[in-house]
Amino acid sequence: MTRFGWFNATALTLGFAFLYIPIVILIIYSFNESRLVTVWAGWSTKWYGEVLRDEAYLSAAWISLKVGVLSSTLATILGTMAAISLVRGGRFRGRTLFSGMIYAPLVMPEVITGLSLLLLFISLDVERGIGTVVLAHTTFAMCYVSVVVSSRLVSFDQSLEEAALDLGASPFEAFRLVTLPIIAPAVIAGWLLAFTLSLDDLVIASFTSGPGATTLPMKIFSAVRLGVSPEINALSTLWIAAVTVGVITASLISKRNATRREQEAAHAN
Amino acid sequence: MTDPAPPPVFAPWADDGAVPLINLSGLTKRYGDVTAVNQVDLQIYEREFFSLLGPSGCGKTTIMRMLAGFEEPTGGTMTLGGQDLAGVPPNKRPVNMMFQSYALFPHLSVADNIAFGLRREGMPKSDIEGRVAEMLRLVQLTKLAKRKPHQISGGQRQRVALARSLAKAPKLLLLDEPLGALDKKLRTQTQFELMDIQENTGTTFVIVTHDQEEAMTVSSRVAVMDEGRIVQVATPAEIYEYPGSRYVAEFIGDVNLIEAKAGTTTDGDLTLHAADGAVITVQSAVPVPAGTDCALSIRPEKVAISRDRPDLDNALPGKIMDIAYLGNVTTYHVEIAGGQILKAMVANAAQRSEQAFTWYDPVWLGWNAARGVVLTR
Repeated sequence: MTRFGWFNATALTLGFAFLYIPIVILIIYSFNESRLVTVWAGWSTKWYGEVLRDEAYLSAAWISLKVGVLSSTLATILGTMAAISLVRGGRFRGRTLFSGMIYAPLVMPEVITGLSLLLLFISLDVERGIGTVVLAHTTFAMCYVSVVVSSRLVSFDQSLEEAALDLGASPFEAFRLVTLPIIAPAVIAGWLLAFTLSLDDLVIASFTSGPGATTLPMKIFSAVRLGVSPEINALSTLWIAAVTVGVITASLISKRNATRREQEAAHAN
Repeated sequence: MTDPAPPPVFAPWADDGAVPLINLSGLTKRYGDVTAVNQVDLQIYEREFFSLLGPSGCGKTTIMRMLAGFEEPTGGTMTLGGQDLAGVPPNKRPVNMMFQSYALFPHLSVADNIAFGLRREGMPKSDIEGRVAEMLRLVQLTKLAKRKPHQISGGQRQRVALARSLAKAPKLLLLDEPLGALDKKLRTQTQFELMDIQENTGTTFVIVTHDQEEAMTVSSRVAVMDEGRIVQVATPAEIYEYPGSRYVAEFIGDVNLIEAKAGTTTDGDLTLHAADGAVITVQSAVPVPAGTDCALSIRPEKVAISRDRPDLDNALPGKIMDIAYLGNVTTYHVEIAGGQILKAMVANAAQRSEQAFTWYDPVWLGWNAARGVVLTR
């Protein structure tokens, strides 16, 4: 085994410093007493209080939460369905094309996704609001869910489903009683991932939202254009905490699941 | 104490009046250009323990999957108890299958795995409990009912899979390489358990295996398959003693095959002329026209080895080239004129130090005309 030498230690420190120093600075300044963001005037949590009393921020956060829950739920249902038909559907014409296309939104610039959705909504004469943001977030989060669920389905012994059918279960019962419980951790991880992505998104939401549907990132962005206030720092810190919890939960679930699968595999041999 | 009377001979296939449980007729399955199963005709009777035996890729698993309903035949018909199976989905067939991987549901306990099929058919709760307990007793796993599949051993998992597939009392149980994942000792023991369970439940078993020893031990009849076709269907003893072709003779057990041309037949004794000039006599029930290319099949344990020329119908001189000592038996590899190696197997009734032969000894191989089988295919 290679020893963890000073070179590795330095590289790791620099790398993490690069990633996290801006966030750490933001968190520290969120506890700043002063109204001026760049001047340190001692510790205080008063800006947190300010944020939590600010109606505009709270309603934006509420909208973000609604959009996140709705769009990640929709994305999970659609993404899981897509994953099942792509992994399980056997060979059909254009399958490779479809499985390639499901990954395309992952690399598509958000501006393009946002703009194309906006054009679609305009051409269909859809009133823009929470509904359109939910649809837009569903569109791009769905492919992430599909990727997560597919990877679980690929390692899933298909004879389990056949055994369920053989024992008299209808195809739907086989899915509900056997497939779904086994892939559930991946589906939950996919949902959390979709939820986090939706909470984070600014660009697509900016293109597709309408009056009365300002999400929290949009609200922050517009506030920052008038100058960074300590309130924003506090809000961002809360936001970071929420996202971190989501990401850690998702990774813990998928890790626990992987460990259990390994154990099962070890027992099977 | 007297032994119980031996069971009456079970041979419905020999009875012209018997109605088969399963009737396959012209069954064919093609995947694109590949013909996995080619024009298979087969009758399997109630209470049989039937083996489909062949190397991997011979189509035996495809036949099983068609019986279970996971594959649709390209051609031909399948009936089960007179009912045409065409288009009947797997969940509507009175057939259950034990999967090679066992396919136990990892999120359900042993008892819930066994109860799965019973719940699907809407059996009342109290009846399910009784049936599950009965199945657990049958496979001796009562104590493990609450465990999850990953908390029990491979042999126990195999028995859970068996109990689960038998719980619905299917007319037909399909077993895909049921003992393939077990080690040799456990396998032998499980073979006998499987036979007992088959007998006690009276279920018809169809087993797919590539292990000829397993097929021989458990089966009432064996179908030997090659490249999508059935080449011979017979009882294990018949397949071993009277193989129908060179392929079957070589696939089942160890065999010596001597290529020859048929000569004259007198009183059922056929004279064969081997390539190297040796003349061999063999009994043949079916007449073989003179000049036909054929092969003599003789099992190694039916070849006697001696120092002096034996007083048997056939005697060939040779030289010992190799000795394989297996403990219970020793196989001598003897080179005869023309360079062919014949194997002679001798049971080691005495200890090894007392054995008479060693490498490069000149010896005689001998056997009677009735011991060999002439093969024209």
